[in-house]
Amino acid sequence: MVEELLIRNGVVYDPINGVKGEKKDICIRDGKIVEEVKNPKVIDAEGRVVMPGGVDIHAHIAGGKVNSGRLFRPEDGRKGAEPKTKVCRVQSGYSVPNTFATGYRYARMGYTFVMEPAMPPLAARHTHEELIDIPILDNAALPLIDNNWMTMEYVKSGDIDLLAAYIAWMIKATKGYGVKIVNPGGTEAWAWAKNCDLNDAVPYFDVTPAEIVKSLAEANEKFEMPHSIHVHGNMLGHPGNYVVTMKTFDLVKGIRAYRDRPVLHGTHVQFHSYGGTRWGDFESQAKAIADYINSNEHVSIDIGSIILGDTTTMTADGPMEYSLYQITGRKWTNHDVELETGTGITPFLYSGKVSVHTIQWAIGQELALLIKDPWKVALTTDHPNAGPFIGYPILISMLMNKRRRDESAEEMHSAIFDRAELPSIDREYDFYEIAIITRAMAAKTLGLAEHGKGHLGVGADGDVAIYDITPEERDDAGKIQKAFLNAKYTIKGGEIVVKDGEVVAAPQGRTFFVTPECDEKLMDEMLTKLKDTFEHYYSVSFANYPVQDAYVPNPYEIRAPWRS
Amino acid sequence: MVQITDVVCPLCGCVCDDIVVEVEDNRVTKVRGACAVGKSKLMGHGRIKSPAIRENGALKDCSYDEAIKKAAEILAAARRPLLYGWSSTVCEAAKVGVELAEEIGAVIDNTASVCHGPSVLAIQDVGLPSCTLGEVKNRASLIIYWGSNPTSAHGNHMKRYSYISKGYFLPGGKKDRKLVVVDVRETKTAKMADKFLRVEPGKDYLVFSALRAILYGYEDVVPDEVGGVSKKDLLEVASMMKEVQFGIIFFGMGVTHSRGRHNNIVNAIQTTRAAHTHTKFNIMPMRGHYNVAGFNQVCTWETGFPFAVDLSLGYPWYNPGETSSTDLLIRRECDAALIIASDPGAHFPGESVKHLAKIPVIQIDPFPNPTTEFADVVIPTAISGIESEGSVYRMDNIPLRVRKLVDTEYMSDEEVMKRILEEVRAIKAKEGE
Amino acid sequence: MKMGVKVKLISGRTVAQGQNLDNKLSDEYFSAVAFCELNATDMTKIGVSPGENVKVSTKYGEVVVKAKQGAGNPEGVAFIPMGPWANAVVSGDTKGAGMPQYKGIDAEIEKTEEQVLQIRELMRQYMR
Repeated sequence: MVEELLIRNGVVYDPINGVKGEKKDICIRDGKIVEEVKNPKVIDAEGRVVMPGGVDIHAHIAGGKVNSGRLFRPEDGRKGAEPKTKVCRVQSGYSVPNTFATGYRYARMGYTFVMEPAMPPLAARHTHEELIDIPILDNAALPLIDNNWMTMEYVKSGDIDLLAAYIAWMIKATKGYGVKIVNPGGTEAWAWAKNCDLNDAVPYFDVTPAEIVKSLAEANEKFEMPHSIHVHGNMLGHPGNYVVTMKTFDLVKGIRAYRDRPVLHGTHVQFHSYGGTRWGDFESQAKAIADYINSNEHVSIDIGSIILGDTTTMTADGPMEYSLYQITGRKWTNHDVELETGTGITPFLYSGKVSVHTIQWAIGQELALLIKDPWKVALTTDHPNAGPFIGYPILISMLMNKRRRDESAEEMHSAIFDRAELPSIDREYDFYEIAIITRAMAAKTLGLAEHGKGHLGVGADGDVAIYDITPEERDDAGKIQKAFLNAKYTIKGGEIVVKDGEVVAAPQGRTFFVTPECDEKLMDEMLTKLKDTFEHYYSVSFANYPVQDAYVPNPYEIRAPWRS
Repeated sequence: MVQITDVVCPLCGCVCDDIVVEVEDNRVTKVRGACAVGKSKLMGHGRIKSPAIRENGALKDCSYDEAIKKAAEILAAARRPLLYGWSSTVCEAAKVGVELAEEIGAVIDNTASVCHGPSVLAIQDVGLPSCTLGEVKNRASLIIYWGSNPTSAHGNHMKRYSYISKGYFLPGGKKDRKLVVVDVRETKTAKMADKFLRVEPGKDYLVFSALRAILYGYEDVVPDEVGGVSKKDLLEVASMMKEVQFGIIFFGMGVTHSRGRHNNIVNAIQTTRAAHTHTKFNIMPMRGHYNVAGFNQVCTWETGFPFAVDLSLGYPWYNPGETSSTDLLIRRECDAALIIASDPGAHFPGESVKHLAKIPVIQIDPFPNPTTEFADVVIPTAISGIESEGSVYRMDNIPLRVRKLVDTEYMSDEEVMKRILEEVRAIKAKEGE
Repeated sequence: MKMGVKVKLISGRTVAQGQNLDNKLSDEYFSAVAFCELNATDMTKIGVSPGENVKVSTKYGEVVVKAKQGAGNPEGVAFIPMGPWANAVVSGDTKGAGMPQYKGIDAEIEKTEEQVLQIRELMRQYMR
């Protein structure tokens, strides 16, 4: 690794530090951004767009369901198969790439950090083993803590402090980053082939999803947690669900976040912005959701926007995945996880010839375009659910170019003109706003900005993306798409990892995790109940459950003290 | 004397993790909580004492360095090498295996090829509605073992996870559950069943089809007897399936090994989906070894495919029936093999063994076995789960970590694999010069 | 003319076979694996008593093992524990599906005076 690096003549977009397209030198020494360097290797960016390394707030890249997706789709594996090179291991896959391809392709898009958003705690070791095998990227994973029996029992008894002790233990034991919620209550009901709407009582546990969300938000804010609760709400994918979405957001309105961040991060909200009453009158309600986000400060979202084509859906929303399989009749894998959560996986094809898919395609972009403040929005495809992450450059080019959106709409189902907003929206994102929604916002919302991610201020990690495009070319949609797919340079921790769109180095990334700190007496009380649960109901022993250090060889720990 | 609790058993796919072991003078002297087969593994057997290279038909002791060097020479020179086994070692070793396979353009395959490979093919066709073992323990009031005999092959399965276990919603254990067994002969497991269906060998596919028809409401197309099973019995089992709140089918070699192979499994899964139209129903393959699933996991996330992966073209190519070990050996395509943590000498069809005996074979294993009889290089290693720790995956794909219970002088599988890879790279670098 | 009986042959796990997985060159493994379980009627048909030897022949090969009575075996179903003796008669033809047929093989079983090969002798057959 070169000790000192100087990037000159780049046009820098560093939103966290208010840098809006300034010609600026970027100096890196020993992997960190510094004021100045003495004897650096020089990269002449020649007027190109320079941004901090991309930060993806939500992509399913590592763990049991991702691998089940790979395993049962050899046809996906055959796409994108590449032999090993001097630097790179073998690659395969399109919507479910192998771990090596995942790291290389993200790095080539200028990304340097990705959050695995749904880790079943009982299988956390699997997520971490895959994260180890993803080259280059720094990473973290969010454990699922909402359908857990312990959670529901504390929600029922109203013991928020004990619930906090439980989530602290879970996040620690899984070397996780925060609290993930997916179809709360509904996935437990799915173990009996049932589901739950926001205010339905979960069978046997007799709590509602609404109560679960609110309680977890309260418990989360007992600590100085870097991230808010991260929520995949109930009724995903159902026409008319936008009402549930707003009701879910309302649940936590009164709760005070520990710091300058939202209380709730709503994920892949495209899937939760549906109007109509059935598929026949299905329409976009992105406007209603955007209005809500525009008039509230306690919620952030990522869009989960559609990429047309074949992909693989995979979530902890077991009942939703079953419904999808019933619609398409394609192969379907399910994996209920005892006492905790579940998984459903099924392939899906988004077609521009189908009215519903066309409207879905519009909704994700509408959210980004109708929400005024880009600091509330992150660009995602809920990879691979709405589409593979390799499609991000397509989305970037759409958001930056109305003409491209219009041209696409012409080739899609005409429903986009009367049941979606997109054709009537003129707004175009600029590079600064793109930098916000593809890195700065995520870093802030995840609490990673002060740990070196998402910006280029002194002290930040030397993670930089130089894209092969100049600000003057901002109207060239094709060039935008090409530029964001294969970076001119990607620098990770001060090391050049991508040059001219090719991976030239593949160092190992670090796994970020949070250690919430909790009063011992409270923890002991919770542990008594937890150990009893292990003894009687789990199929593994308490001692063998926590993720051992061997699974996190490159750790980065963030402490989350109890709020006084 | 040291007592170690929460020991994770390194034998079968149950991966029981509540075993208690006593260690004295660096030896396991007592085992509590394991089944007879697991206990036997933990108590230990005679080892291969030293690395060896075969000269003039007889194995001659040598050093690790010499054996590793010879192994690397064989693999570097091979045109169609096979790296086979993996199921009785840890994921850390498997990862090096994949890397080696990439380096020399080998086919990498594991015992699933002769075990649950058909199940994988079926899953690739229709998917798998399944769950973790704790879900069965807590919720399943109907347990079906189809072509599977846990009393012989998974000793603690019923006690820890299914028929005899006590769960949150089924605190009465056996009293709250019903057991159905489908097999070609009345096994010990079958004797415990509330309902035993004796099916004629090779006729499972027909019985699944009949059951599916009944579950979908088409019982009138089912004849009075299907594959040796009466329609009356089928109707009874179908009712049992429809009535419960949560049912599970565990299936084994009885359906993967017999006529129809993966088609049997597709049908089993489709039968589960038919049951699922009435109530919650899941299905799970009874994986035989403690890390057969783990190799499939590693191979899948690293190459995109679960087993029988051919890297000879540089990129991963997967086509069981073409790239599986048995086919490679029967076609006599394979010109060298590395056999690790498995025993094809004992478990492959004779024709495969005949070819294996002809080509250079490197064996990496703690114990001498039929493969040792014709291996050209023998490298003894530490016993994973007793002498070295590592990552493994249970039959329901839950990851656990096997422990190190005693110290050893032997190198671990992972270390030996790394050394071989290093040597291979050195040889290739020299050739490149 | 020896009386043979036609059966469907299956091979699979047993506890004793499992206990000796790491002990295959031993007498214990030999006893655990080198036998064929038959239904009592089938044994009578070929005139063999438990402990005597039988020759099992399939299209692929033949092997001599000890006869045992299998209480759960129906007529026409024979069981040899998985291992080298069973595999001496298992075909490698996977029919393009990757999996040999370890169960449900058409076999003929007859009484024999031939000896059961010890494991080393059995393996040597492959090395010619």
